[in-house]
Amino acid sequence: MAEKPRIKVAKEAKKGEVIEIKTLLAHPMESGLRKDDAGALVPRKIINRFTCEFNGTLAFSCELEPAIAANPYFQFTVRVEESGTFRFTWIDDDGTAITADESITVS
Amino acid sequence: MRPLSRRAALALGLGTAAAWAGASRARATPSEADEAIAKFTGGKQPEPGRIAIDLPEIAENGTAVPLTVTVESPMTTADRITDVLVVADGNPNPRVATFRFTPMSGRAEVATRIRLNATENVIVVARTGDGRFLTARKEVKVTIGGCGG
Repeated sequence: MAEKPRIKVAKEAKKGEVIEIKTLLAHPMESGLRKDDAGALVPRKIINRFTCEFNGTLAFSCELEPAIAANPYFQFTVRVEESGTFRFTWIDDDGTAITADESITVS
Repeated sequence: MRPLSRRAALALGLGTAAAWAGASRARATPSEADEAIAKFTGGKQPEPGRIAIDLPEIAENGTAVPLTVTVESPMTTADRITDVLVVADGNPNPRVATFRFTPMSGRAEVATRIRLNATENVIVVARTGDGRFLTARKEVKVTIGGCGG
C-alpha cells in the first residue's frame, strides 16, 4: 500500500501533442463480496476515484466500482500545450488520497 | 462408448466449475444494468455506433480482463465526448466505471482492467458534449469468475 504508484508519461513533448499516460497503483480493490477463511465478508475497500490534473486543471477523471481489477491500471491521453506538472490522485474508500506528480517539458 | 479424451474431460471439469460458480453467486439482472444506463442517460435512448470495445472473446480469468474503449470523436471544445459509462450486465453490481473526458483529453480513449463474474455483456454508453448518447456492447466468455471468492 505504501508502494509508490507506477506512472509512464513522456518527459518531453511538442506543443499540441496528444500524449499517452499509463498509471498503476498497488491496491487490493477489496470488492466487499469476498469472504475470508472464516467465512466472514471482507469489508469493501476500493479506490473509488482517480483524477489527473495538469497545471491545476482537471484533464481526466473517473469514478470506480468494485468491478475494477486489483492494482487499478489506467491508460488515457492528454493534449499538452505548455510545460508543466501532472498531478495524479487516487481516492480510497477510507478517505485517504494517494498522490504523485510528473513534470513534462513542452516545446 | 469411447472413453473421454484428456481434453474433453478437462473441458467438462471447467464447465462444471463455471456453472457452480455462477449458481453460487449473486448476479445482477439485465434490468439492473438497464437501470444504471437509464440513470446515466436520463432516460434517453442511446444510438448504436462510433464506439470500439476492445475485450478478449474469451477471458480465462475474470479477475483482470483488459478493456479498451475508443469513441470516434474529434474531441474539440465544440464536438467531443464528455463521459463514458461501462456496465457489465452479469456482475453482482453492474456498474464498472464512469470515465470523464475534458477538452484537454485529445482522444476519447481509455484502457483499464476489469472484473467479470461470468459470461456476460460489457455495455459502453458515451455522452456527447451536446447531450446525445451512443452505445455499443460486447459479450465476453468467462471461464473463471472474478467477483466473489
